Amino acid sequence: MKYNIPEDYYYTKDHEWAQVDENIVTVGITDYAQGNLGEVVYVELPEEGQKVSQNEPFGVVESVKAVSDLYSPVTGTVIEVNSSIVDNPGQINDDPMEEGWLIRIEMDTERELANLMKAADYKVLVGKGK
Amino acid sequence: MYVKQLLRRCNEILSPKGQVMKRTALYEEHIKANARMVDFAGWEMPVQYTSLMDEHKNVRKHVGLFDVSHMGEVFVRGEKALETLQYLTTNDVSVLNEGQAQYSLLPNHEGGLVDDIIVYCIKKNAEYLVCVNASNADKDFAWMQKHNKGAHIENESGIWSQIAIQGPAAIDLAAKVLGDEVRSIAGFHFKFINYKGSKVIVAATGYTGEKGFEVFVKNDFVAVLWQDLIAKGKNENVMPIGLGARDTLRTEMKYSLYGNEIDDTTNPIEAGLGWVVKLTKGDFIGKEPMQKMKEQGVQRKLVGFKMLDKGIPRHGYKLFSLNNEPIGVVTSGTMSPSLDEPIGIGYLRESVSSIGSQFYVEIRNRMVKAEVVKTPFLMRS
Repeated sequence: MKYNIPEDYYYTKDHEWAQVDENIVTVGITDYAQGNLGEVVYVELPEEGQKVSQNEPFGVVESVKAVSDLYSPVTGTVIEVNSSIVDNPGQINDDPMEEGWLIRIEMDTERELANLMKAADYKVLVGKGK
Repeated sequence: MYVKQLLRRCNEILSPKGQVMKRTALYEEHIKANARMVDFAGWEMPVQYTSLMDEHKNVRKHVGLFDVSHMGEVFVRGEKALETLQYLTTNDVSVLNEGQAQYSLLPNHEGGLVDDIIVYCIKKNAEYLVCVNASNADKDFAWMQKHNKGAHIENESGIWSQIAIQGPAAIDLAAKVLGDEVRSIAGFHFKFINYKGSKVIVAATGYTGEKGFEVFVKNDFVAVLWQDLIAKGKNENVMPIGLGARDTLRTEMKYSLYGNEIDDTTNPIEAGLGWVVKLTKGDFIGKEPMQKMKEQGVQRKLVGFKMLDKGIPRHGYKLFSLNNEPIGVVTSGTMSPSLDEPIGIGYLRESVSSIGSQFYVEIRNRMVKAEVVKTPFLMRS
């Protein structure tokens, strides 16, 4: 199985991705995660302005069969929510790494990025099928 | 006996975690079809081949094949076969003639359920096949032996496989592969059919709400039959279907799943299964407590419901009245692929269980409004 794992993204062990543009972090679930979940049918996301913490749940995605928590890759404030995803959760399956993004966070400190995985490490993780 | 144990043994493998996992005789077919395999009741089974949604919709629109070889087959034979089954089960086995089947229950002494089953009459008064759930097969067999009234009871699960053929095109496909004879099999009837020199049991039963069959076939012939059905089913748009879609299909029909809707502690009356409890047939296990339940009425009732606000109900979520009293629990819930909306099954306090009643489902500490609806959620012919 080949997964789309862009080199310039960060990854969590819980299969979220983080794309960093200065202090703004865009967050989604990985190609591997969406493939394992199957069709996403429901998404629950925080409100703009809400605080999120690194490794803490910020929402859920549900497939037909399963409920999965979403874990924030960084600590900060939610500044934007992808509302089109809430109406059309299938977009997460169609394009998990771009159009299927979930939230944008203004992060408190760049130092937390050191706790995340680089693409090479994440490839190893999903290669083991974890 | 030794041969049977050996056969069983060959189907078992060690999982990466070290526990023994059983494989059906169709395991290789699932791997070839790229199925995702999961542990189900100790069996390594396909949960999904392509997409749960596509598989589900294919069964509703065309036809699907299910490997249900993990189900157990227990044979009850001999002069005391009928007497034993009458005592062991809740339905009236004496009404069954050769070639007829009935849905039934294995009750315990408290009126709870050891399992839900289908009883097939192979020879009246002399030979019956009891099809049991995979998760309960060993427990059921031990229970049946313990309460045997003198029949020969044998667990033949190790030599039988089972394929379910379900969907609007199921009869056409089965006729192509097994012969036109299958067209004359009415609902809850079955026939022995000769397939490539092997006797198979073709039963017009299922777990999807669609037309179709469940075919009992010996392990040696099941892969050939499966391949034959796939090859000849191109025009019918046949697809192999995983356990994921099997569950959403049965949920849309509000069919009970052992472990969710029913278990050792639920009584059949509250589960809506009173229609298979025949109190007039003579003595059977659990008769007294069931009689009491029927006379006194039940505290809670199994209902189907839909959400009035956003959220998907899931197994184990709690139910609350509109003034926040705890009044029940969700037994099964999913996004319905056919209806494209969330559906749920659950136990509700009897006094608030009528159709149209509103209540809350607690979803992640949020109270989400729901309403009792008519079931099945989906009408099928």
